[in-house]
Amino acid sequence: MNSKYEVHEHDVLIIGAGGAGLRAAIEALAQGVRVGVVCKSLLGKAHTVMAEGGIAAAMANVDTSDDWRAHFRDTMRGGKFLNNWRMAQLHAQEAPERVRELEQWGALFDRTENGDILQRAFGGHTFKRLCHVGDRTGLEMIRTLQDRGVHLGIDVYMECTITRLLKDGDRIAGAFGYWREQGRFVVFRAKSVIICTGGIGKAWKITSNSWEYTGDGMALAYDAGADLMDMEFVQFHPTGMVWPPGVQGILVTEAVRGEGGVLRNKDGERFMERYDPKKMELSTRDVVARSIYTEVREGRGTEHGGAYLDISQKPADYVKRKLPSMYHQFLELADVDITKGPMEVGPTCHYMMGGIRVDAETAQASIPGLFAAGEAAVGLHGANRLGGNSLSDLLVFGRRAGLSAAEHAKRTDMPPIDPSQIEEAAQQMLAPFERPDGDSPYAIHEDLQSVMQSLVGIFRDEADLRRALSELEQLNARTARARVEGSRLFNPGWHLAWDLRSMLTVAEAVTRSALTRRESRGAHSRIDYPGLDDAWGKKHNVVVKKAGTMTLVETPVLEMPDDLKQLLAEESVAK
Amino acid sequence: MAEGSFADATLRVFRGNSESGAAADYRVPLVPGMVVLDALHWVQAHGAPDLAVRWNCKAGKCGSCSAEVNGRPRLTCKTRMDALPLDEPITIFPMKAFPVIKDLVTDVSWNYKVNQKIPPFQPRPGVEWKMDQRDVDRVQEFRKCIECFLCQNVCHVLRDHDKKEQFGGPRFFVRTASLEMHPLDGVSRAKVLKDEVGIGLCNITKCCTEVCPEDIHITDNAIIPLKERVVDEFYDPLLMLVRKIRGAKKI
Repeated sequence: MNSKYEVHEHDVLIIGAGGAGLRAAIEALAQGVRVGVVCKSLLGKAHTVMAEGGIAAAMANVDTSDDWRAHFRDTMRGGKFLNNWRMAQLHAQEAPERVRELEQWGALFDRTENGDILQRAFGGHTFKRLCHVGDRTGLEMIRTLQDRGVHLGIDVYMECTITRLLKDGDRIAGAFGYWREQGRFVVFRAKSVIICTGGIGKAWKITSNSWEYTGDGMALAYDAGADLMDMEFVQFHPTGMVWPPGVQGILVTEAVRGEGGVLRNKDGERFMERYDPKKMELSTRDVVARSIYTEVREGRGTEHGGAYLDISQKPADYVKRKLPSMYHQFLELADVDITKGPMEVGPTCHYMMGGIRVDAETAQASIPGLFAAGEAAVGLHGANRLGGNSLSDLLVFGRRAGLSAAEHAKRTDMPPIDPSQIEEAAQQMLAPFERPDGDSPYAIHEDLQSVMQSLVGIFRDEADLRRALSELEQLNARTARARVEGSRLFNPGWHLAWDLRSMLTVAEAVTRSALTRRESRGAHSRIDYPGLDDAWGKKHNVVVKKAGTMTLVETPVLEMPDDLKQLLAEESVAK
Repeated sequence: MAEGSFADATLRVFRGNSESGAAADYRVPLVPGMVVLDALHWVQAHGAPDLAVRWNCKAGKCGSCSAEVNGRPRLTCKTRMDALPLDEPITIFPMKAFPVIKDLVTDVSWNYKVNQKIPPFQPRPGVEWKMDQRDVDRVQEFRKCIECFLCQNVCHVLRDHDKKEQFGGPRFFVRTASLEMHPLDGVSRAKVLKDEVGIGLCNITKCCTEVCPEDIHITDNAIIPLKERVVDEFYDPLLMLVRKIRGAKKI
């Protein structure tokens, strides 16, 4: 048996090496435990690298009236009060310290005239709050964390995919996976496992997400019996590229609007005046995405079905300095010089608010020894995430997860491993090679993306969602029969055959949750239930596997203490 | 290419592993704005499901999809099909300076080992966390690096002479420059540059600068100033004399 897989042992195993995973690793290591980090890609290529706009933290370097209370209030309002209040509070309170820490580890942010970290405006934030480095903040962050982690001595297992969490009774015992390079199997024994695998955008056709975003971590946790929550809340970023087709979905940072970019329809009308006259282009993402979508649907879209986003009124030098990667992206991929003319933009599937249900303080999931942080976890963002709150989420809750996972590991003995679980996981991975016929995983993936794009998009209704469920059922059946060609040596078709299962699990969770929530709130818009429903504002959908079947249960929104309620009632004083 | 055109292109892609391999041709229908990576994905979905390609962001931000397109080291996600001559096959080969794993995927793990040799950022003691934008701007250029390793691939010290033991390569001179020129950093990496990553082996042919997708002036702005630091610290004749007279310890 041992000849078929290698075994590694860590106190804390972290799945995913983006901002949350690396921050968790650094913290766990600081507690003196043995830490391993597994990632599907090369180190430093995780999705965090693509984050552009900045890190939201109430440092009050630019707007001196800002403080954690204002950040907390903005986050809760942006999330339509479905947020876990305690997470929103911890996040707002701890984000500034996490940013300073990043700076002390060598990150270089843009500066104010006083020499402090510069902060920019962003959608839904009352004050200028986003610490940034031009439009490549994520790159600066991941490089800083990566170097810190590597020099402190974390063990990194690059290009390795986890396909199953191993359990010892009710508790976590480790994880099983394969090396993408050679296709060999690997077992990680661990006392604590932290899931930092990010989101699920690859289940949609138009997305800003990379191949890695297949919902693995959520599916792993779900299969192991953990709760998923708020799965109906999928963020469509208002501004992705729409033309040419090859670049469709690639992100156009919100920083374009933060720096003064203006949205117009084909008639030249600044249409946000009709949807949110107060915040205009800097309204929350759910509102801006719906507005653009509505303009297009009602015949006021651009030639290629989007809206115009224009920053060319600003000096060309300024645009190139503050938005360098946008400038190059449009020039090289779309032949558009954004210092001279408008971009064409439209919504793109971008971020998952829902995910693994965790405790606010410890990031522990509903299984002992299992933790989650970042996009894979749920709670901070409620029904809609504010731009900039993701990078800060990674730092604040990555750190907390690393700390609690290390503490848990110190209290625990190394759980034994059950060979039958490993054998089953290995058989599951090998099965697609043995099938004589069956669909190509690529064909199934394309069909899944069409289903989710057309039936579970920005606007939803009962008929579409029901149709989506029956389509997903068929896709599940096709996936169970999918056939893989070639060998186990770096075989993307084989990798996709497994990733498809994860995507189908989360796609079904999204669809079922969306069907159940009969109201419109944040990123979840039901054409057949267009308004907010107070009763739904008091509860979450929880998705859990019961006797092998996906089951939904309701759970009440956590009651907020009075002082925070008071805080939310106060009017914010925007500058 | 005109909108709505249905022309095809031929990709001639290396298929093989560390032991053997050969180029194979694939016909790909063109779509407006298509990049080479899109074409490779089309091949995966329609002809060669096991074609090994690394990629992540498809937006020129992660540096995963490096390959040699018609002999030029490039990011395939930023190489437009309509910028290539389409009347002949487009050749797509893995980076030559690194061992092939399979098809277009190479073993770049050596780079991660080099990085570990470079002392990380260490703030000067008692430093105040204030910086001038001008000082930050100077270093930002180096920090744009997306680690695509195209500069490593094209550097003849690595590509033709395979001096991976003695030499760190342009990527890590850029990395070192980003630390050395950090306004608040307090460490000297001159000895590491000289002894561990062999900056002296670079004879500034600027091949690295030419292929950098982030337009970092690797040679002029990173390597040459670092070479000067090494010279100042180890080969300054006046300082050497002073040290000799004083009998001072070497730095």
